[in-house]
Amino acid sequence: MDYATLEPSLYTVKAVFILDNDGNRLLSKYYDPELYPSMKEQKNFERNVFNKTHKADNEIAFLEGMTVVYKSSIDLFFYVVGSPQENELMLVAVLSCLFESLSQILRKNVERRCLLDNMEGVFLIVDEIIDGGVILESDPQQVLQKVNYRVDENPLSEQSVAQVLQSAKEQIKWSILK
Amino acid sequence: MELKQGPNSRHSHTGFPGVTGNGSNPFQHLEKSAVLQEARIFNETPINPRRCLHILTKIIYLLNQGEHFGTTEATEAFFAMTRLFQSNDQTLRRMCYLTIKEMANISEDVIIVTSSLTKDMTGKEDVYRGPAIRALCRITDSTMLQAIERYMKQAIVDKVPSVSSSALVSSLHMVKRSYDVVKRWVNEAQEAASSDNIMVQYHALGLLYHLRKNDRLAVTKMLNKFTKSGLKSPFAYCMLIRIASKLLDETEGGHDSPLFDFIESCLRNKNEMVVYEAASAIVHMPNCTARELAPAVSVLQLFCSSPKAALRYAAVRTLNKVAMKHPSAVTACNLDLENLITDSNRSIATLAITTLLKTGSESSVDRLMKQISSFVSEISDEFKVVVVQAISSLCQKYPRKHSVMMNFLSNMLRDDGGFEYKRAIVDCIISIIEENPESKETGLAHLCEFIEDCEHTVLATKILHLLGKEGPRTPQPSKYIRFIFNRVVLESEAVRAAAVSALAKFGAQNDDLLPSVLVLMQRCMMDSDDEVRDRATFYMNVLQQKQKALNAAYIFNGLSVSIPGLEKSLHQYTLEPSEKPFDMKSVPLATAPITEHKTDMAPIATSKLPEKLAPSRQDIYQEQLAAIPEFQALGPLFKSSEQVQLTEAETEYVVRCIKHTFARHMVFQFDCTNTLNDQLLQKVVVQMEPSESYEVTNYIPATSLPYSQPGSCYTLVQLPDDDPTAVSCTFSCTMKYLVKDCDPNTGEPDDDGYDDEYVLEDLEVTVADHIQKVLKANFGAAWEEVGDEFEKEETFALASVQTLDEAVGNIISFLGMQPCERSDKVPENKNSHVLFLAGVFRGCHDVLVRARLALADGVTMQVTVRSSEETVVDVILASVG
Repeated sequence: MDYATLEPSLYTVKAVFILDNDGNRLLSKYYDPELYPSMKEQKNFERNVFNKTHKADNEIAFLEGMTVVYKSSIDLFFYVVGSPQENELMLVAVLSCLFESLSQILRKNVERRCLLDNMEGVFLIVDEIIDGGVILESDPQQVLQKVNYRVDENPLSEQSVAQVLQSAKEQIKWSILK
Repeated sequence: MELKQGPNSRHSHTGFPGVTGNGSNPFQHLEKSAVLQEARIFNETPINPRRCLHILTKIIYLLNQGEHFGTTEATEAFFAMTRLFQSNDQTLRRMCYLTIKEMANISEDVIIVTSSLTKDMTGKEDVYRGPAIRALCRITDSTMLQAIERYMKQAIVDKVPSVSSSALVSSLHMVKRSYDVVKRWVNEAQEAASSDNIMVQYHALGLLYHLRKNDRLAVTKMLNKFTKSGLKSPFAYCMLIRIASKLLDETEGGHDSPLFDFIESCLRNKNEMVVYEAASAIVHMPNCTARELAPAVSVLQLFCSSPKAALRYAAVRTLNKVAMKHPSAVTACNLDLENLITDSNRSIATLAITTLLKTGSESSVDRLMKQISSFVSEISDEFKVVVVQAISSLCQKYPRKHSVMMNFLSNMLRDDGGFEYKRAIVDCIISIIEENPESKETGLAHLCEFIEDCEHTVLATKILHLLGKEGPRTPQPSKYIRFIFNRVVLESEAVRAAAVSALAKFGAQNDDLLPSVLVLMQRCMMDSDDEVRDRATFYMNVLQQKQKALNAAYIFNGLSVSIPGLEKSLHQYTLEPSEKPFDMKSVPLATAPITEHKTDMAPIATSKLPEKLAPSRQDIYQEQLAAIPEFQALGPLFKSSEQVQLTEAETEYVVRCIKHTFARHMVFQFDCTNTLNDQLLQKVVVQMEPSESYEVTNYIPATSLPYSQPGSCYTLVQLPDDDPTAVSCTFSCTMKYLVKDCDPNTGEPDDDGYDDEYVLEDLEVTVADHIQKVLKANFGAAWEEVGDEFEKEETFALASVQTLDEAVGNIISFLGMQPCERSDKVPENKNSHVLFLAGVFRGCHDVLVRARLALADGVTMQVTVRSSEETVVDVILASVG
């Protein structure tokens, strides 16, 4: 962990991923081709990180030699991974920007179902926050402006009342179960 | 836990009506072929943006899940997607960019979208421009980059921040592939750096640094400019701090430098991220004094009580590192650290405790250890390793606590844990055994118990090796035999072979055990594995001779040659069949292993990649030198010295020398760097004038030394054959070269040059350059093996030396020999000490030195030297005197 070997660089983020409450990958981006090059290694890493973090909301952990900052919301887990020498607060800045931006486009319903219904928006937001490991933007307002994404107004009318109730129930359940 | 939900009407119309299994994930049962089928609607007119958008999302989702797309199907989908550029739906267009980036590597002919992207990049829709640039750069290779260069330059200085940022970041990505093109955009990047937008500042700074990092002068100028003008972006500040501390480190700049002042001033920045970066940079500087550390430590102390876990973590992790070198600097934070022991984040609690273990007093050790044991099972392996390392350093600090520690370690050894964790524990126990002779037996007993049920071959063999080394010299060697022989019965080949080697050492050292060991050996000769059988047969035959010298040479102290060197020599031997038997003396010696303890916090060193057997520094030199035709006849490289500086820091040219010793020659390798950007040096040689009968026979020049690119030239010197005692010599050195003035920017040299020279500092060759360190694991056996045929003894008074430690250090560095049996460590409060040194003299003569030291008004030293060659003994005694 020699600080001297930390070459000044813009490449801050090694990986970012969003998992559901079973630890399944909903979105994953790895920016360092040397870190877990194969899909199998990536999913192993995600599984390991999930197992070590989903029980306690501790914000930060050190796993497999990487610094991992994380945050959970209802049935979702957000992770940002950086090198052990990285400034932890930079990683936290990325994580909060991601979370705030998503929270805005999902109208504060940061839960799995809502996220999956707006997956294109999620992809676009991640793309505006990090480009190839470089922090592109860290201000949620700027991100939203750049993405200019609107949640589809229609699904509500298309969904039956029963479904809306079901989805509400689910949300309440998860917030209690946490 | 899965919650059932009805099918989602919004998605069901797009082609998978029956999705009910995990209804809350509309992507759960996506089939690649079905999605690709759906992608055909991309060709329908008019385009239905909403449906197409959804299909693109599915494709990206599938790629993200690791679904494999064949080249043909990917290319087909990609080409269909290009049609969507006709739609003006914003989100759809943005998803097209994402698809292009995702498919850039799996589809063919992605450059087909170049013109569409170029159009978007230069168009009126600002929302498109940034992302279009990033997609375009993703698919552009160096040959095509020239075509869009003009647009890129414009984009970098564009007044819309997202456009400028995208262009800067994309340029940074392309530096790796097309440095030569991107470096022409420096002026634009410079302009962007003065933008008002904080992210543009940050990205411009990053690109500028990347383009200039090899030009120290330019980096210095850039730093001066930005530290004065003051940036607004906290990210950019962090970057500046890193650049400044790297520059300080490289130039070995003192802490009175303006760069240090800049970093220190950042401790007062209003952004925590910057403050932490600055504190961390100061803490990691080598040679920081307590006074310089104090302000950094006090901001970290404040962070310890932050409500943000990440900040507490960062602070305590950094304090932990300070505590390794400067425990007293952290004592002020003890109270804050105590509060963190109960932190709900166990990583923070662990770091706090391990820091306290380093800073606290001996009396608090027991309490802290108890606290750790209460939650050690809850923390991750990485942090368990941190705990073990803290214990390890604690044992060095408070040797009296070793029994508490040993108990704690043995409990940890019994718990579950991965390889790295177990290895850390085993290493820690081994180091305690080595430091405290009285803990040896308990330690060995714990390790014996551990190998009874150990799944890690590496650890089992390591412990067996240790048992073989230490066990025979304990009062009751017989009790270890059972543990070792159990391994022969139960384990894999590698462990069985190690066990056989360990057994042989018991037989060689203890005469009363020899008959039993021979019986056991006999059984091992029936093993199913070749290696185990071969070892057993070999040891059996050696042991039966009952000769001390044989035991010493073949059982206690193994081969001391370099393994890669041996491999190469044997290969060479098989290529050139010869009547002569293979000569072990033609193999270069192994350089002594570095035994100093690493104090770095090493969970980071737990690299995920398997460790490769890295060739040693000397193996690399051997290879480099052998590639030079003039040096091919010199035989194997005997020894390479450390680098010697022949110039002051901060001069026009930097020259360092490495002395390579061969059997009859020495090669001086001069690594030269030209730090003047308006000069090109050619035909560089270093002329040497020896003071003794050494003879310079050849100069190999460095053909060309452009600015800041290091190059090497060599001087070959013949050692005096007629006088083997002439081991020391002083050379006066002058660097001679042809100078051509050149344009500092392009590096283009003038046609004409002139000869010039530059006087370097004198270079000394000493006796240490003729001796290679060799570690004898069992010095006593080696001493007997060499015998007293050429033994000589003399007594010296070292008047200028005040302590035994100092005397030991001086002798070791003067003779350049390997201390054995840990005799380089002088126990505290002793008035006498015996130092054992081993080495090989040039020409492959073993040489052993025993120095008895006594302290009384200066140090008196009685030196006994043994060697297989008389002149060597004389040379050593003469040079000591």
